[in-house]
Amino acid sequence: MAHVILRHRDVENIKELDVYVKNGGYEGLKKALSMTPEEVVNEIKAAGIRGRGGAGFPAGIKWSFMPKGDGQKYIVINNDESETGTFKDREILEGNPHQVIEGALIAAYAVGADMVYCYWRGEYMDAAYPAEKAIKDAYKAGYLGKNILGSGFDCDYHNHFGAGAYICGEETALLNSLMGNLGQPWSKPPFPAQAGAYDKPTVVNNVETLANVPPTMVNGADWYANLGTDQSNGVKIVCMSGHVARPGNYEVEMGKVTYRELIYGDEYCQGMRDGKEFKALLPSGGSGPVVLPDALDGNVSFEGLNDYGSMMGSASVIVMDEDTDMVWAALKMTHFFKHESCGKCTPCREGTFWLEKTLHRIMEGHGTEEDIKTLDRVAHSMQGKCLCALGEFAVSPVIGTLKHFRSEYVAKVRQAEAVPAD
Amino acid sequence: MSETVNIIVDGIEAEVPKGLTVVDAAKMVDVDIPVFCHHPKLEPVGMCRMCLVDIGMPMFDRETREPVMDDDGTQKINWGRGMQTGCTVRVADGMNVRTNTEGVLDARNTVIEFLLTSHPLDCPICDKGGECPLQNLTMAHGLGDSHFPFDQKMKNDKHVPLGDLIALDRERCIQCARCVRFQDEVVDDPVLGFHNRGRKLEIITYSDPGFDSYWSGNTTDICPVGALTTNDFRFGARPWELRPVASISPHGPEGENITMSTRQEAKSGGRVVIKRIMPRQNEQVNEIWISDRTRFGHHFADADGRLMTPMVRKNGELQAASWDEALSLVADKFKAAGSNAAGLSGDRMSNEDLFAFQDMMRNTVGTNNIDLANGRIAGGDVTAQVGVGTGTNLADMGAGDAVIVFASDLHEEAPIWWLRVKQAAQRGAKVFTFNVRETRLDAVAAETTLYKPGDAIDTARALLNALNVSDQKAKDGVGAIASAIADAENVVAFYGFEGLTYEETDSLSRILANVLLVNGNVGKANNGLIAVWPHNNTQGAWDMGIHPAFGPGYKALDKAGKSAADIYESGADALYVMGADPVGDGLMNGRKNVGFMVVQELFMNATAELADVVLPAQSWAERDGTFTNGERRIQLYYPAIAPMGKSKADWQIIGMLNEKMGGDKPKMAASLVFKKAIAAGVAQYKGMDYRSLAQVEKQFPDVGGADLYYGGNSYENKHGMGQQWASAAESGEVTSLDIPDAKSSKVSGIATIRTAALYTNGSLLQHSELLEPRMATPRIMINEADANGIATGDEVQVRVNGETMTLQAYVNGVAPQGVALLNGVPHVAGVIDAEITKG
Amino acid sequence: MIAEKYAKEIESLFERYPADQRKSAVLPLLHIAQQEYGYSSEEAMKEVAEIIGCDPTHVRGIAGFYSLYYEEEVGKYVLEVCNDLACALRGADEFIKMAEGKLGIDLEGTTEDGMFTLKNVMCLGACDRAPMLQCNLKFHENLDEAKFDQLIADYRAKAAAGDSEPTVVDKILIQTHH
Repeated sequence: MAHVILRHRDVENIKELDVYVKNGGYEGLKKALSMTPEEVVNEIKAAGIRGRGGAGFPAGIKWSFMPKGDGQKYIVINNDESETGTFKDREILEGNPHQVIEGALIAAYAVGADMVYCYWRGEYMDAAYPAEKAIKDAYKAGYLGKNILGSGFDCDYHNHFGAGAYICGEETALLNSLMGNLGQPWSKPPFPAQAGAYDKPTVVNNVETLANVPPTMVNGADWYANLGTDQSNGVKIVCMSGHVARPGNYEVEMGKVTYRELIYGDEYCQGMRDGKEFKALLPSGGSGPVVLPDALDGNVSFEGLNDYGSMMGSASVIVMDEDTDMVWAALKMTHFFKHESCGKCTPCREGTFWLEKTLHRIMEGHGTEEDIKTLDRVAHSMQGKCLCALGEFAVSPVIGTLKHFRSEYVAKVRQAEAVPAD
Repeated sequence: MSETVNIIVDGIEAEVPKGLTVVDAAKMVDVDIPVFCHHPKLEPVGMCRMCLVDIGMPMFDRETREPVMDDDGTQKINWGRGMQTGCTVRVADGMNVRTNTEGVLDARNTVIEFLLTSHPLDCPICDKGGECPLQNLTMAHGLGDSHFPFDQKMKNDKHVPLGDLIALDRERCIQCARCVRFQDEVVDDPVLGFHNRGRKLEIITYSDPGFDSYWSGNTTDICPVGALTTNDFRFGARPWELRPVASISPHGPEGENITMSTRQEAKSGGRVVIKRIMPRQNEQVNEIWISDRTRFGHHFADADGRLMTPMVRKNGELQAASWDEALSLVADKFKAAGSNAAGLSGDRMSNEDLFAFQDMMRNTVGTNNIDLANGRIAGGDVTAQVGVGTGTNLADMGAGDAVIVFASDLHEEAPIWWLRVKQAAQRGAKVFTFNVRETRLDAVAAETTLYKPGDAIDTARALLNALNVSDQKAKDGVGAIASAIADAENVVAFYGFEGLTYEETDSLSRILANVLLVNGNVGKANNGLIAVWPHNNTQGAWDMGIHPAFGPGYKALDKAGKSAADIYESGADALYVMGADPVGDGLMNGRKNVGFMVVQELFMNATAELADVVLPAQSWAERDGTFTNGERRIQLYYPAIAPMGKSKADWQIIGMLNEKMGGDKPKMAASLVFKKAIAAGVAQYKGMDYRSLAQVEKQFPDVGGADLYYGGNSYENKHGMGQQWASAAESGEVTSLDIPDAKSSKVSGIATIRTAALYTNGSLLQHSELLEPRMATPRIMINEADANGIATGDEVQVRVNGETMTLQAYVNGVAPQGVALLNGVPHVAGVIDAEITKG
Repeated sequence: MIAEKYAKEIESLFERYPADQRKSAVLPLLHIAQQEYGYSSEEAMKEVAEIIGCDPTHVRGIAGFYSLYYEEEVGKYVLEVCNDLACALRGADEFIKMAEGKLGIDLEGTTEDGMFTLKNVMCLGACDRAPMLQCNLKFHENLDEAKFDQLIADYRAKAAAGDSEPTVVDKILIQTHH
């Protein structure tokens, strides 16, 4: 099947405006401009495009939360992509930038916005040349700016570069960062649709989410809804990393491909690296609980891992082989969350700090059984008490590994207790 | 309260104002939801997570909108997916809040435990200990145990100076951001920030000077731990050793309600001393904020150099004398001088002092030669007619209202008013500023009118004329302002004296009175005139009749006495100077034509040096009394420390002297001076006494006192909210006021005016060493176009009124073209044609 | 002084945001200032504050919050190796050890000639091409010892030749106007 999102893999140089247009580019926008904004929102609602950043909130419903009528509104594209194991949005914007611009324009038209900011994580600046060129070309060709395609619809589009902060992937933190503040999230309400960028109604959508919009407009909501499962429409890009033979991004129809196929399938990762045995995988970077070999039969969809106690999330799959020390893996992920905690709320600021300290102690061979209980307790003390999802997710590596690999923790502390501390 | 909603908190049904946060609403029914980051005066942020509670809403069927009922016949409650922060959620009708479930109690335990893992256990040496929300809430909600190894906690710097007034203990900081938010949201000096992130998050300041704000001390009050402390108080005393004494700021016309924390201590030789000044909540006056001038500017009270004993000049030298000897001499001289005597007073004295003073001079000595020694601004008689109505609360002003600020830099002259007018603007009030130069308030002003030096009166007249013409819809200039003022529901006008002569301020006050009268913006709350008086009791001085032309209560005299200017010019047989320094201020040229002079003072000032008798007075901290603020609120203050040496309260000295001259016996107490003399002699004060002034009302938000989680923020007001006296417009019609022609002080050269600075070196502030680095240095600011080779940093000679000052020059874009601004120098009236020469 | 050097570019940066929201440009401005001054020096931060019209405290807070701003002096080239879980599974930790050895410095250290600073960073979004690093915002992927040697040699040669190539910040933040 031809790619829906990663079209640069099928069409050479689709990042160039002329190639994109020759291959049906901006037809979705034209179609949208021929409809009323409300019809566009309804089309996206009917297609059932769910957010690809991880939470899976239906994009059309998000758009419909925007107040009607005049007044400044914004579309903000979330290209902060900083979750460990996630590298899909970078490829989309590097290879197929016009599809994102077009998606954002359709969103802007649908909600009555006249300004799009694309928030890039600062580390992706080098990957932004094609997108910068695409913006320039789109302005020149009349797809951006005043009176787009003679429709009377005006819309500007700017890239905005962050400077290294995972938390800015959280939509309110991202908006704070865009406004020149510390990238700390705020407690919702207000939701961005009520008061977002510069206190004005704002839609924040993930890059991949918006890339789904133009083909949906062209082919219709039914076409899109027919792809995937009842709850997960369309296609999903899966980022495969870790101990696999051929890591990378793979675009799959939702619900049609199992994790086993992703790892072992010829058109995907072609097996484990060095022929090792599979041990476990993190399906959503650090944010989703770790799953065991039984979960390989789960499929890639929002509901595909429900039975295995985890979730697809952003589909950033980190695969680990039989030699992986799961306490070490938990420490790595916990270190990430501690490093990226913005410090605003107490449980996350203090909790990630203590999770890491305690894991460190265990890894270094100074742990005790009491330390394992401390991990349990800190995780419990954070769950349900943090200001934003980062804090809630930060306990996932510890909770997941404690659930499935507690014996590895116990072995480490028993060994430590057997050897007198120096 | 306007709209209300019905909620249930832990089973208690309550009707609370709509828009309140759950935390504040619960407090109204005495349910404590503990908080650290939340503060009712700040925007909610939900950071600390201490206030997590279960919040439910009644369930309705999505389709039919019918209530969904439980088996027991009550409506089902949807408790949502988890706990929510009570500080960020606003109450809604039908809301059900549970604050005592297992989950909620567990959340509190864990938040406390987390906070304590980074917090040092140094309560025994912490200034906040004893009034510390973290300590209180740990006792109330903590586990009393920690699961974390103590030796792995973060260790941080403990003495980080944030400028020279405030110190930060990084270990104690719990990252609640109250200080950062206060500086940003409330006072608009965003000079504190967070640095780094995660567990490394820390408070920094990078301004120059560090923590550059007139409000910095307030952050130490609202800090819920001992992280921020003032260099004035740090390690000075434990809160429980302190005796709180209710008082009123001796600086500025706003009348900040304060508490003086005092302690009797060995290191001060067994004396009771002031350890710190903190706000005392009065929502109508200063809420819970005080400026740093008020907080740190108390040291004059027990400074070295206070006069300790009466002195009489013998053989050309001032020598210690007994009260009896000194007063007998004074009595003889004033009795002899009679109508040729004169009395000049300062405007920092209490009403009791001022009343007694004029009473003695008028009724015992027999002269109307009474005036303020350093009158800078006229209009007490005008505010008596159209001053802001009783019940005025600037915090009630907002959208639909207008505020005029004329010839005053509120930020420097009356910072509390600056703050409250700024906040009114942020709530939507239209602020119109008028001055020769830009001031801080312009940032929130709907429109700023810059007039040329000398054009103040013409500009005000133009505004009045525009209001009086029928077509107020003019779209530009004063016309547009006039139409906005005409459309406003409430209008308050402030006027000051920057660049104006005394006569000009008189005209200005009357023109503004007429501006307010056009649409009836007088005689009711949140409408009327406010004079930006230079001192804390200038209003009281007017009320008490420290004026050559009228007596107490603005009663016109049959025969006016000599004004201060006349006295300086022509002298007097005997001159009484109370709490003033006309010689030092350059108003009086030595003792020319003064036969006998007595000075009643705190310090040996330049006038006292020339006196025949010097009488030691008490500072406000040593006695009780009342001050009347610029909103005409009479406020009571209490004695905090023991009298210095043989000093006496001014009214007592006057009373003893009066008796020596054959007048009445002195009153036994200040309260009796007020009740028997002032309330009887000043019509506007009728019916008041110290008891009525001491009345209190419940304050909302409730952030004073010994509260568990707002404790240490401010003192509760237990000793008096004061009483406002009614202006004439409240009881009867006031018609348009006559406007005398004031001579405009235009000049041909570079128009030089003096601008105020909050910290100007003077008789009071010079004793607060902490403020010294922040004192305005004597300077002149010149426009680039007028610089004439003068550059920033150059020393220039400026000749003002015949005196030459050496000042530092600044060519920094502050002064408009053709205008030079003097700063950090004593008062200079009007616009002067200063000679500015380099070198 | 970037205010003069890039006056036009900075103006066009401000045009991207609402007129009363100059603070929005703080991140790009600090990127530019950091490039100009070599790191986020006090001077750099004060200048950015002045351009925006905010207190320098705010800019310092920003510099401290975001990991791409260096508040301490760094080498001419900052090598930032990701050793998050996904990269570590593909040998990033061993790669860092190797790099430390080759450069003769520890993590966070700078070579004596001031040429290279070595840091480890969190996920850079190139997990499928680990081990990888970014050097002054430019990605270098699928690295091994030999490629690292080459990379260091290339940068040294570039520096010796005066390194006049436009940087990533030049190309994206300074040379773009639309």
